Amino acid sequence: MAEADGSSRAFLGLSDVSISEDIPVEGDISMPPTSSSQDDGFSTLDEPVKDTVLRDLKAVGNKFVHVLYPKKSKALLRDWDLWGPLLLCVTLALLLQGGSVDSKDDGGPQFAEVFVIIWFGSLIITLNSKLLGGTISFFQSLCVLGYCIMPLTVAMVVCRIVLLGGSGTVSFVVRLVVVCASFGWSTFASTAFLADSQPQNRKALVVYPVFLFYFVIGWMILTFAPAQ
Amino acid sequence: MANTKDPFEFQEFEEAESLLEETRDATTINIDDVNEFRKQRRPGRDEVEEDLLANDDKAELLSGQKKNAPFWSFDYYQKFFDVDTYQVRSRIIGSVLPWRGKNFIELYVRRNPDLYGPFWICATLVFAIAICGNLSKFLVNLGSPNYKYTAEFGKVTIAATAIYSYAWLVPLALWGFLLWRNSKVMNLVTYSFMEIVCAYGYSLSIYIPAVVLWIIPSEGLRWFSVVLALCLSGSVLLLTFWPAIKDDHIRVSIAFMSAIVVLNVLLAVGFKAYFFSSESPHQQTNSSSVVTLVQSKPHT
Repeated sequence: MAEADGSSRAFLGLSDVSISEDIPVEGDISMPPTSSSQDDGFSTLDEPVKDTVLRDLKAVGNKFVHVLYPKKSKALLRDWDLWGPLLLCVTLALLLQGGSVDSKDDGGPQFAEVFVIIWFGSLIITLNSKLLGGTISFFQSLCVLGYCIMPLTVAMVVCRIVLLGGSGTVSFVVRLVVVCASFGWSTFASTAFLADSQPQNRKALVVYPVFLFYFVIGWMILTFAPAQ
Repeated sequence: MANTKDPFEFQEFEEAESLLEETRDATTINIDDVNEFRKQRRPGRDEVEEDLLANDDKAELLSGQKKNAPFWSFDYYQKFFDVDTYQVRSRIIGSVLPWRGKNFIELYVRRNPDLYGPFWICATLVFAIAICGNLSKFLVNLGSPNYKYTAEFGKVTIAATAIYSYAWLVPLALWGFLLWRNSKVMNLVTYSFMEIVCAYGYSLSIYIPAVVLWIIPSEGLRWFSVVLALCLSGSVLLLTFWPAIKDDHIRVSIAFMSAIVVLNVLLAVGFKAYFFSSESPHQQTNSSSVVTLVQSKPHT
């Protein structure tokens, strides 16, 4: 009894901490009925293929329109896709073929070189902006850089048409103007989307590689000389 | 506090405070008390544990997130991109203005080497050389009827290989050499690998305007700009590396310095000779007329 007293004295304080016993603990472990079923309520397996394809095409086309009229829109950043960049890259690389194919002199870039420059360049720029502390995600940045190649692809088409008419000085001047304008447009469009994600005192550090990237692509377009 | 009442009997409990007052020596835990406790201990500072905790926090704040991340992780490289625009600009300007007694690494780079400058300066130089070389060849051959313009895109690969190996392998060799000498002779100044890469990368920045100048097909102007660029970048490099090697044996120092100079000269002259070869159109028409002569022979 004495020991019980002693031990109870040691634990004297604990008994003063009162755990109220009148608040019942109850709950429900089951998950709430899935509200996510509304999201994929129409699973793409149930709809005709035409609908699926058209929906994706509409998204791609929507982004092309955003590049044409660049304003700071979140839609381009949020729903990224890489179909548009792939399409543009392949088109550009194909149009840059068929140049002067002298077997001795090296002519324009090969298909693989264009591909590598565009994708590797976009990758390096994205890594650069992330390392500098940017908040944009990896694929979003690739998406923006790829879509902003569109003005340059349009310029390539225009250049090829102009070259059909001859390759004198006049055609060169026209091509120069078109390429310069589209290069400026591309750079402006991509900085409108990318610059916001950088801290203030590093914006120039992020914009410069984009400038270099589109400059090199513009150079490839301008120096395209068709086979005669 | 032994209530001799029956413990199973229903009892009304009083408010907590009155209960506590009865037993003042009871151990009670209160959140506000803990903070008071900590505040009282801080001025004392004799407990080792408290010191360690405080130092950890301070160290984290002071070092500015220089965590020891492994080199295959993203965070490791992020600390090499911790520069602002004005810092990059001042480093570029500092790399082309040699000032006696001022050391590029000491002044600009110390404790914060960056990889942004070296990488993008090298990339710009690669494309600048390819584009300007192409333009200069076009201008040299302008007016010559046999010349057919080609974009010469393969030269970009060659330029890239040359520049990036200069910007990475030479610092690696220098760093290895300095490390070896440091084990023999105690040097006051030691540079880390990233700092040497930084110095070399920024020293290439003078060549970008030089290369643009080389488009103009005037030999005198070209040689003048080559010599000027060599002098500026070479002297910045020499001033940077002299403190690292001056405590060494005199012959080793001289050999080291002349190696830096020789490599720089080789790079500049090599670029000029390979990308900006100025064969005159006259020579070219001669060679092409010889070719047509040889081709026409089987017809007769």
